[in-house]
Parts: sequence; C-alpha cells; structure tokens
Amino acid sequence: MTCERWLRKIDLYLDGEISEAESREVELHIDACPICSSETLARSQLKRNIHLAGKAFAADPAFRKRVQESITPRRLRRRWFWIYALGALCCVLAVGTVVSLQWTRHQQRQQLIGEITDLHVATLASENRVDVVSSDRHTVKPWFQGKLPFTFNLPDLQHSEFQLIGGRMTYLDQSPGAELLFSVRKHVLSVFIFKDSAQLDRLLRASDRTQKLSFNIESWNNDGLRYVVVTDSNRSDVEALRSLLIAAEK
Amino acid sequence: MIRVPVFFLNVVLDRHKSEDFEQLAMPLFAALYNLAHWLTRDRGEAEDLVQETYAKALKGFGSFQSGTNFRAWIYRILRNTFLTSRAGLKTSVPVEEEEDSQSYTPVTTQTPESLLLARADYEAIEHALAQLPTQHREIILLCDVEEMSYREISEALTIPLGTVMSRLSRARKAMRQLLQKTLTGAKS
Repeated sequence: MTCERWLRKIDLYLDGEISEAESREVELHIDACPICSSETLARSQLKRNIHLAGKAFAADPAFRKRVQESITPRRLRRRWFWIYALGALCCVLAVGTVVSLQWTRHQQRQQLIGEITDLHVATLASENRVDVVSSDRHTVKPWFQGKLPFTFNLPDLQHSEFQLIGGRMTYLDQSPGAELLFSVRKHVLSVFIFKDSAQLDRLLRASDRTQKLSFNIESWNNDGLRYVVVTDSNRSDVEALRSLLIAAEK
Repeated sequence: MIRVPVFFLNVVLDRHKSEDFEQLAMPLFAALYNLAHWLTRDRGEAEDLVQETYAKALKGFGSFQSGTNFRAWIYRILRNTFLTSRAGLKTSVPVEEEEDSQSYTPVTTQTPESLLLARADYEAIEHALAQLPTQHREIILLCDVEEMSYREISEALTIPLGTVMSRLSRARKAMRQLLQKTLTGAKS
C-alpha cells in the first residue's frame, strides 16, 4: 500500500470511523513511516485547532433566555391550568363535603326531633298515658329504679304552677329513657331523659330550642343526661320547667 | 362524554412532550447558535435562525421518534431552515457534485506544508472557514467542531454515508488550500 493510500485512511482514523483492527494497522504504519507520521500529527493538530477555533460564536445570554421562555410558556400555562383546576376541584370537594355533612346532620336532627315529638303525641293519645301515676316525686323516681341505667332527680313543685302527672318508660334509637309528664294549667309537658351520647349531643347540641308542628321543644345536657321537653305550652312554661329540673339536679 | 378525558389526556401528554423537548434541546443551544452564526455570518440572522429552529422543532416534536438521534434531527431542522431563508438562498453556492465514497479523493500532501498548516492560528482558521462554500463549511463544523460521527452527519444533512466521506474530503482539501494560501501569503 502506498503512502497515498494510507493517507486516505488517516482522516478516517482521526475521525474515529474505522474499526479497532484497522486503527492498529494504521498505527503500525504510522510508527514505521516518517511521512505518514508527520502528516498524521499535522492533521491531528489542525483538526484540534479547527475544533477550538470553530467555537467562535457565543449567544447573548438574554437571547438564550428568550428562546428558553419561548418553549416553556405552553408548559407553564398547562402547569398553571392544572394548579387552578386542582385548586378549584379541592374547593368544590371541600364545599360539597361541608354542605353534604350539614345537610345530612340537618336531616338527622329533623328526624330525631320528629321521633321525639311522635313519642309525645303517642303518649297523649294513649289511654294509659303513664305507667306510674303519681304527683309525688318520691313515688315516681323510685319506680324507674332497675329499669334505667341512670337516675335523675325530680323538682319540688309545691310552689310552682306545674304538677307531676307520672312517668313511663320510653325508647329512642333502641336506648331506654324516662318520659315524665307534667301539667301546667291545661297543657301537658313531656320531659324525656336519656343517657346522653355523642350522636344526641351532636344533633341536639348543648342547649337547643326549636319548634316542630307548633310544639315547643327544648333540649339540654346536664351531668351526662340529655333532657328534651316537648309541649304545646308556651316558651316561658318550658323555660320555667327547665329551671326547676336543672335546680333539682344541683 | 369521552371528550373530557381525551382532552385531559392530551394536555398531560403535551406537557410531558414539552418538558422532554426542553430537556433535549436546551443543552444543544450553544452549539446550534455557533453553527447558525457560521452559516449566516451575522448575529441577528443567526438569532432569527435559532429562534425559528426551536419553534419548528417544538411544533414538530410529535413526529420525532424517541430513541433516535435528537441532535441530528434538530441540526437537520436548523440546516433546512437556513437553506430556505433569505441568507441561505443568497450564500448557498452548490459545490462540485459528489457521488459516493468511490469519488473520495485524498489530499496530496507535502510535509513542509502540512507542518505549516498545523501551526495555523485560530484567526487564520476562522478566516479560511469563512471563505469556504457553505456545504464545505458546515460539514467541517459538524465533524471537527461538533464531533459528529459520519452517520450523524449523514442524518443531519440527509445525504448518504459515502457522500459524507467524499464531501468531507473535498472540504478539507479546500480548507487546506485556503490556509496554505493565507499562510504563505502572510509569510511572503
């Protein structure tokens, strides 16, 4: 092979475009041939100088920033879209959850008050309104002994308008409770006493007044017991009886 | 009812594509700008060329096949954009026709001249590169400056591998002649 033919391979060798075997062959020749050796060195240096001199132009950093921004807005817009969409979705879910919980609680509360009102109406409609008939609190209270998992005190009604009619067992949501009947003038008031629970407390709250079908209803918690008064009498009678019952527990 | 999920799916895919494009394209920015400047020989036109290249590449990124050579792909866009630009049409003078590797013509060398070429300073090289026809200049830049393989150059310039070898050989020969002319002129 003449030097001219070897020189043909030198560029491929310097460009890394020949196999390892061919490279070794070229290297062996270069070692033995002063002309090709000198030519390889010269071409290698020129190639290196072109590599360095060829990187002559650098872009303005501001231009680079402009280009980068021109390819990122779509991504940023999309990213903001997702952030907004996620935020909106979270808000809708949060509002939806709150509204749903409030609505469910309202429905449960209405149902509970409806059930208690029904108990009162059923008692009034019954021929035997009470199981223990007595105006004496010391007769009525002991009657509940062994029937309820709690006990309560009854007020002394001597100097009040109220009269104790008697009491009966009642049940609310499968829990036993006492229903006491009082009269004031010609009105009858039912006082329900249950062991308070988280659900009752959540639905009726600590002190709660409401009306249903013109019945005045008032509920309160006292020492772990839940009291609910239902009557067709006026609000002041309810307040007065409540005060008497609370005072009796002290 | 199907439109909403498809829309969101497209949004997700587009976002990922855009991020992928940025990750692939921005590391090549300096090299692309350098090549653009060498091709256009003007800072303003080089900036326009790079800007347009990025815009076209982003738009056409959907057609880019993952796993293939992104560098060659975006260089091809830059080069095609340049060739169809005002500057490209003005400066692009066709060089003699190359067939394939059979027409490869090695440079006949004389050692003293080779040694002279090896000592060519950056200024002389820049001057010679600027004097070269665009086709010769770009292939030398891709091979010696960007250190692309012949296969990458073949993809970037959309020419056969044999043509890469023959064109590169001719470009180097022309470069040597210009350098010799410059250096011997300066010497005398």
